[in-house]
Amino acid sequence: MGIKWDEFFVTGDPLIFASQIGIALTLVGALAGLTYFKKWNYLWSEWFTTVDHKKIGIMYILVGVVMFLRGGIDGLMMKGQTAVPENDFLNAQHYNEVFTTHGVIMILFVAMPLLIGLMNFVIPLQIGARDVAFPQLNALSFWLTVSGAALFNISFIIGGSPDAGWTSYFPLAGKEFSPGIGNNFYAVALQIAGAGTLMTGINFVVTVLKMRTKGMTLMKMPMFTWTSFITSIIIVASFPIFTVALALMTFDRTFGTHFFTISGGGMDMLWANLFWLWGHPEVYIVVLPAFGMLSDIISTFARKTLYGYKSMVISIVMISVLSMLVWVHHFFTMGNSAGVNSFFSITTMAIAIPTGVKVFNWLFTMRKGRIKFTTAMLWALAFVPNFVIGGVTGVMLAMAAADYQYHNTLFLVAHFHYVLIPGVVFPIFAGLYFWWPKMFGYMLNEKIGKWHFWLFVVGFNVTFMPMFFLGLDGAVRRAYTYSAETGFGPLMMISAVGSVILAAGFAALVYNIYWSARNADRNIGNDPWDARTLEWATATPVQHYNFASLPEVTKLDAFWHMKKNNQLQPLSEDEIEEIHLPSNTWIPIYMGVVFGISGFLLVFEWTIAAGVAAIGILAGLAFRSFDYDEGFHVHKDEIFETESKWRKGANKGVKNHVS
Amino acid sequence: MSAKVNAALPLEYQTEQNRMNILGFWVFLGAEIVLFATLFGVYGVLGERYAGGPTQKDIFIVKDVMIQTFLLLTSSFTMGISIFEMRRSNIKGMLMWLVFTLLLGGGFLFMEIREFMHYVHEGATMQTSAFLSSFFVLLGTHGLHVTIGIGWAILLIVQIVQRGLTPVTARKAFIFGLYWHFLDVVWIFIFTFVYLQGLVM
Ligand code: HEM
Ligand SMILES: [Cu+2]
Repeated sequence: MGIKWDEFFVTGDPLIFASQIGIALTLVGALAGLTYFKKWNYLWSEWFTTVDHKKIGIMYILVGVVMFLRGGIDGLMMKGQTAVPENDFLNAQHYNEVFTTHGVIMILFVAMPLLIGLMNFVIPLQIGARDVAFPQLNALSFWLTVSGAALFNISFIIGGSPDAGWTSYFPLAGKEFSPGIGNNFYAVALQIAGAGTLMTGINFVVTVLKMRTKGMTLMKMPMFTWTSFITSIIIVASFPIFTVALALMTFDRTFGTHFFTISGGGMDMLWANLFWLWGHPEVYIVVLPAFGMLSDIISTFARKTLYGYKSMVISIVMISVLSMLVWVHHFFTMGNSAGVNSFFSITTMAIAIPTGVKVFNWLFTMRKGRIKFTTAMLWALAFVPNFVIGGVTGVMLAMAAADYQYHNTLFLVAHFHYVLIPGVVFPIFAGLYFWWPKMFGYMLNEKIGKWHFWLFVVGFNVTFMPMFFLGLDGAVRRAYTYSAETGFGPLMMISAVGSVILAAGFAALVYNIYWSARNADRNIGNDPWDARTLEWATATPVQHYNFASLPEVTKLDAFWHMKKNNQLQPLSEDEIEEIHLPSNTWIPIYMGVVFGISGFLLVFEWTIAAGVAAIGILAGLAFRSFDYDEGFHVHKDEIFETESKWRKGANKGVKNHVS
Repeated sequence: MSAKVNAALPLEYQTEQNRMNILGFWVFLGAEIVLFATLFGVYGVLGERYAGGPTQKDIFIVKDVMIQTFLLLTSSFTMGISIFEMRRSNIKGMLMWLVFTLLLGGGFLFMEIREFMHYVHEGATMQTSAFLSSFFVLLGTHGLHVTIGIGWAILLIVQIVQRGLTPVTARKAFIFGLYWHFLDVVWIFIFTFVYLQGLVM
């Protein structure tokens, strides 16, 4: 149906042509390499078909890191373009595409996969469980995320990128003003990935409610578990709204309905409302788990129980409720009545209260603690002042009247990067340094880690601090260029230099991963940080069944108290029982593929073919329904062997890298 | 993951995994409520934007809607009996009522498709106005759920015939029951806020 084959591949832009060649070569190289080293079987049976929450978590993290490269390059391209006035590195259209893909990728394919990856790896261990409630569904969530990410990313070489901003407001995003298929990629790819996220939410709600080990009451859960639980609830409550919004967008663009298009009685503001009804909770979906990780990391390295545990829990619950009641602050200037604006101003400012409580709790946790300045802790420390800048400017933006001044300027762009980078990316880095040894059995190098830290934090501030002032001077966001007379040049240049430092910081992380994988010490014991929660009570890296016998909890910071009170008994042979685990399955990855194919056809508005491909989806569901695989049992001998291996050597000759 | 069985409970609640699946499905229904609530909200916003096209009064046919309502409500009732028979371990009765449920669901779907074709015939399509866009998508989403439910029930019947009543098949049937009742509840809202309200407006 009307595919213009000559427009199938994006042509005519040397930058894109170079990436097309680059991607083709990388693909061929990867396929050849896998074949040559005979790794296909290993990949398939150990990773692609796995239902193990730890491996799924690691794959999520891999996706997040790779997407960070893509999103980061988009960011650098924008900074390169605006570094000097009247630059012509990117034209207006290309700039539109780049900030759109940057925003979408950073939020949905960087922040979300990295956080969900860490949740996947850590939560079952923290609550003393052997897996999540629905391991196969978990794999399906992951493959749908991959499918959505892949579909979204091919847009710039096949068919054209979306270009209406990550918010994709109507009427701009409608057929009339965006006639190409670029914005279909937005609607369809996010739909697929969003379905995966929704299932993750359901999975973790049930996991936390039902799979906690004996004695772990709700108020004895580690803070990361608490925040992930609340996050999952927000996911379940808000993602369906996005599902509907994207579906209606698809209907408008592909089937000519009138939801958001002005003709025929549609309402463009309906899109803005639906988008932010999901979109604001979404920013709490990414920030809350990050808060939880910080809580656990700060209490570990301050070597104290988290201060004000109860008020922390109350705060996150309050934040989750308020997060649903503030969405209009994203369009104060789009013709609401004064009463409506005032209401949403106040709810928005109210969020500062529970958030402030949390910040003070972290500070009090550190007070009089014997702080260990590990790289993980440095990220947590840097979080506080940087995030406060984001928060304070957020309260400034919350005043509806004042927002008429700042809105749509680089001030806003600076604000949300000061929230998202210190509030999400710093904690993710902290979490990676902290849990890396649990995942892989070696630590990331602390010295390179400090390079990573300083370059990134300094680069971040140099990049985004000038944007506040540029914004106040009237530099609008999403503008691809400006004239010399505006006087924006010098600050724009400083900001661009900052982004190069920032990129160097990220490169240090990538180098650190490479270096540590090759050279880091493998003999680190099971508890290298002297930590407090249950994930450290088992082997490093974690054996596939997590715990030989499920631990019993009596207090908050369970593992810490076990260590204190010498309750870490050696496991005797007769305590060991067979362990039941679910089998691998090919269905989730298959579903990812058919969703991808069907989605791709839908993007090209080839609706009949998309429908035919969707039969593949139904077939997958039917296969799953008839799949009565009971899983398998891990035998006692195997458990005994694994357990004695790590327990014997547990803390002998361990090189403690921190003290 | 534990295979411990608590025989004091109804079949579908006997294993821990079953209890988790059922809770998980409730959470999923929570998401479904948000989904339909959003669609109702959209209909609430756009429902009177006719763009010169037909209004509710112009197109709705009371008799057909009443038949649809009757079919779907009855099917919810037969679904309930089917689960009741399952609890009494009467496979035959269970299957029979499940088949009734299916037939009634199929009848509903037939009537709904006929209704839609009638509208389209009269020139009231999804592309005519914002009202009709939101009407068709809300109703269509519900109808799609019914269609999926019918496919699901067929798979379920095959499995019960193959395997008899086990904790797993009982759980699947129970969850399907929840789903089917939920669709009924959604229909009651559609009936009230779309059809009734549209006719008295
Ligand atoms: C890594 C370094 C980063 C750099 C250099 C960077 C740079 C930029 C720039 C230059 C813009 C567009 C400014 C304009 O409107 O002209 C932008 C927009 C944006 N960035 Fe970033 N950014 C970075 C990281 C992130 C991260 C980590 C996130 C989220 C987790 C993020 C989310 C966004 C969003 C949502 C937009 C708005 C896109 C739109 O206008 O539709 N960025 N960024
Ligand atoms: Cu917001």
